[in-house]
Amino acid sequence: MAQVALRNIVKTFDKTPAVQGIDLDIADREFIVLVGPSGCGKSTTLRMIAGLEEATSGEIYIGDQLVNDVPPKDLDIAMVFQNYALYPHMTVFENMSFGLRLKKFPKAEIKERVQGAARILDITELLDRRPKQLSGGQRQRVAMGRAIVRNPKVFLFDEPLSNLDAKLRVQMRTEIKKIHQKVTTTTVYVTHDQVEAMTLADRVVIMNAGRIDQIGSPHEVYHSPKTQFVAGFIGSPTMNMLPCRLVENGSRLTVRLSDWLSLPVPPSRVARYRARVGKELTFGLRPEHIIEGRGDVPPGAAAFEAPLDVVEPMGMETMVYFIVDGVEVCGRVNPAAAGRVGESMRLVADLNQMHLIDPHTQMVI
Amino acid sequence: MTTAIADAGHTPGVRYGSISQGRRRTLYWSYFFLILFVIVFLTPPVYMFITSLKSSAEISAASNPWWVYNPTLSNYADLLTQKTYLIFFRNSAVVSLCVVTITMLISVLAAFSPRMKFWGSATLATGVFLAYLIPDTLVFIPLFKTFAFIHDKRGIELINHWWVLIILLPTLTVPFCTWIMIGYFASIPKELDEAALIDGAVYPDADKIFIPVALPGIIAAMIFCFTVSWANFLYGLAFTTSADQLTLPVGIVTTLIRGDVYAWGQIMTGALLGAAPPLIIYAFLMDYYIAGLTAGATKG
Amino acid sequence: MADVVARDLTLSTAHRRLTMQKFVRRKSTIAFFMCLPLILVVACLVVYPAFYSISLAMMNKSMQHFVGFGNFAFLLKRNTFWMVVEQTVLFAVTAVIFKALIGFIAAHFVHNLPAKGQRKWRGMLLIPWVIPPAMSTLAWFWLFDPSYSAFNWVFAQLGIPQVAWLGNPYWARFAVILVNVWVGSPFFLIMYLAALKSVPEQLHEAAMIDGASWWQKIWYINLPMMSNIIQITALFSLIVTFANFDIVKILTNGGPVDQTHVFATWAFNWAISGNDIPLGASVSLFMAPILALAAVLILRNVRQRGNEA
Repeated sequence: MAQVALRNIVKTFDKTPAVQGIDLDIADREFIVLVGPSGCGKSTTLRMIAGLEEATSGEIYIGDQLVNDVPPKDLDIAMVFQNYALYPHMTVFENMSFGLRLKKFPKAEIKERVQGAARILDITELLDRRPKQLSGGQRQRVAMGRAIVRNPKVFLFDEPLSNLDAKLRVQMRTEIKKIHQKVTTTTVYVTHDQVEAMTLADRVVIMNAGRIDQIGSPHEVYHSPKTQFVAGFIGSPTMNMLPCRLVENGSRLTVRLSDWLSLPVPPSRVARYRARVGKELTFGLRPEHIIEGRGDVPPGAAAFEAPLDVVEPMGMETMVYFIVDGVEVCGRVNPAAAGRVGESMRLVADLNQMHLIDPHTQMVI
Repeated sequence: MTTAIADAGHTPGVRYGSISQGRRRTLYWSYFFLILFVIVFLTPPVYMFITSLKSSAEISAASNPWWVYNPTLSNYADLLTQKTYLIFFRNSAVVSLCVVTITMLISVLAAFSPRMKFWGSATLATGVFLAYLIPDTLVFIPLFKTFAFIHDKRGIELINHWWVLIILLPTLTVPFCTWIMIGYFASIPKELDEAALIDGAVYPDADKIFIPVALPGIIAAMIFCFTVSWANFLYGLAFTTSADQLTLPVGIVTTLIRGDVYAWGQIMTGALLGAAPPLIIYAFLMDYYIAGLTAGATKG
Repeated sequence: MADVVARDLTLSTAHRRLTMQKFVRRKSTIAFFMCLPLILVVACLVVYPAFYSISLAMMNKSMQHFVGFGNFAFLLKRNTFWMVVEQTVLFAVTAVIFKALIGFIAAHFVHNLPAKGQRKWRGMLLIPWVIPPAMSTLAWFWLFDPSYSAFNWVFAQLGIPQVAWLGNPYWARFAVILVNVWVGSPFFLIMYLAALKSVPEQLHEAAMIDGASWWQKIWYINLPMMSNIIQITALFSLIVTFANFDIVKILTNGGPVDQTHVFATWAFNWAISGNDIPLGASVSLFMAPILALAAVLILRNVRQRGNEA
């Protein structure tokens, strides 16, 4: 077990910058997830930690050791690939024991470790099979088994669940979480799926175009996003974003979204936003904070009426969509209270959860 | 939120360059050995060239064989104006071109058939492959006898005529060319067949659709066919004896074996010129050449 | 009534024509005809001679009488015959082993290079295979010449004793194998390079992370995954090398003292130069069992590859 540190890591491929200055500290035994859209540099960063790519500049530390120039075979790490990368001509047992056999571990210990890992992953009956006889989920478990058996300082996962179908993905996600609870190795996990990031991570690192936009616990990145990108990336369905303007109203501030819709800013935020009155801003509010109106409006919230454009019953909840100045806004309401398309419905927005974003800097205010 | 790291013992430093030391070293070793290989592989042809520029005087003087002190083009001039050599060249050229034509006709037709899935297509493919494996050295003696036999019985003179090779060489080329093209044709989607049929094409018209798509395979097969015909030595040696009937490889070698005084300058020039056509084709169409090579075993 | 009959007649002729057309159009018929030239070529020029040689081998020298296995018995008693067997096997096996080794090693080096540069190197390294073997053997003949050998000249400069490349039996065998390896290695290089490229790079990465050094990667990953191609190529080459004619004929013509003869050259000398066709045929028939075995092994490998794909 060891901590991992990245200092000002830069990686350019043939003049194209893939990673532009990453600073990251990962604590021992932490499960950290690098998440972001394709091409944001998360896989490249992972591969640099693994020693499969050489950093153009910057330092990487595993434990206290500077590992920039150390080849992968001398690092004490294990990696699980998206395509599993199982050796097709070896049995599952041989796949899992390969690393140990290379290091000339005694046979008895190899057997013990492999059996142990197989038990954790529930693949003991598969030990004599070849990879091509296994299903996708089984192959992924073998890949993880190969990593566990090594007992390394760091686990690296490179989008391991992307090749599985949706149901299997949910199942394996839980498995990975359970395994991390048993085998508490420091883990760096890369994915483009924000749900995986939120459910698995101790901390989430959101990357965009080669840079880190925000690092924080799932709760932090969800409720306190720092940039527009993070706000829009985390959470499904995505946060509603509307152009707006701050209007001063005596000692109060209102957010003017359109001719017919203006929402009051909660008093706690007035001081923060006062300086931006009159400017063009982006207003953000998550769909779950727009609910059906019933009875009293709680403090900080505001009620309004909107004609519904689309109604999507999801069973547990119903998504209602209405249009504000050409932009579709989504709200999450109780199925019983949902209105019908074309009809006007009373909705309540919890403005304690609002975000204002400066469109020029893309930062949350 | 990043936490400050306790940094006792960390030496800050910046690494530049995207190839690690280890990989750079492997690269240098690779170049080193490859240069060695290239030297070994290219020494004979280079030496052929060096010798071809030497006069016989210089050769017999036994000075440094690896360097030309008085380069001369007399060898080339002599050969190219010498009727015998030109005849060799002509014979080889005509034979090769004819063999290519015949082979392609036979092979293209035959390569089509597995697509139509008739009852013997799998056996055909295996049979073609086996036929390719039977070497010419196993077969040339009975063929020689057969030709002699035909001469005795019917008076048709088949031996000692260069055009006999046009009948014989397809044995060597047809199986492999068919094999190559079966592989290439197999990668053309069957939908093209059906689309053509729907459009009312009768099979002869299909060549407007298939041949362009199959062109790389055809080119590769043609190159292979030409190279094999041009380089053929055994059949030429066995079946032709008079100087005016010989093909190039046989011609150069037998001219050598008969004489007592070896005119090495001319021989090397002759050999180099003889190697030229395949080399030139290779230089321009290297990718097709290699595709033809690998088609046999990897498209298994 | 007449018009009905007439119409029936035209209908039936039309019907017959249609069936005829349908028969001709039927795919399998067309396919068969398209194959016909190939089948003819192979039957006449390959299959027939192969069988004819068996009957030839059983004739006496003037081809008047049938002597059964007389020719074979004659051969089996001759010392030269057993030398030829030993030599041919020695050449074929040694040459193929070295060709495979060189091809394997060179393929790895080429594969190591950045992708853009590989083409140039590959192009240069294939040249020995492109040059007609007869021509390049002449060049080697000149390089090995007893009086003017360029190699001996270099040896003289370095103070190393001269080598009778083609005069000494052991050196002559070495020379034949050397030229064979020189001509054939590029083929192995190309085949192995293609096979190497089909090994997924991620397997190498996984192996590196598992702790494998460069030779462990080759031993545990490349070799097993390429084993199918390695076997097919080796068997192919075994057949071709075993039946090789050009190199020995031009370089040594079987000498000195028959120490470099292979089946092909020995058969040629008996049949064409010595005018004893049946004996020549018998000699070349001895190649058949080994070739057949290799062919069967290749087929099995190719099928296996097809199944794995």
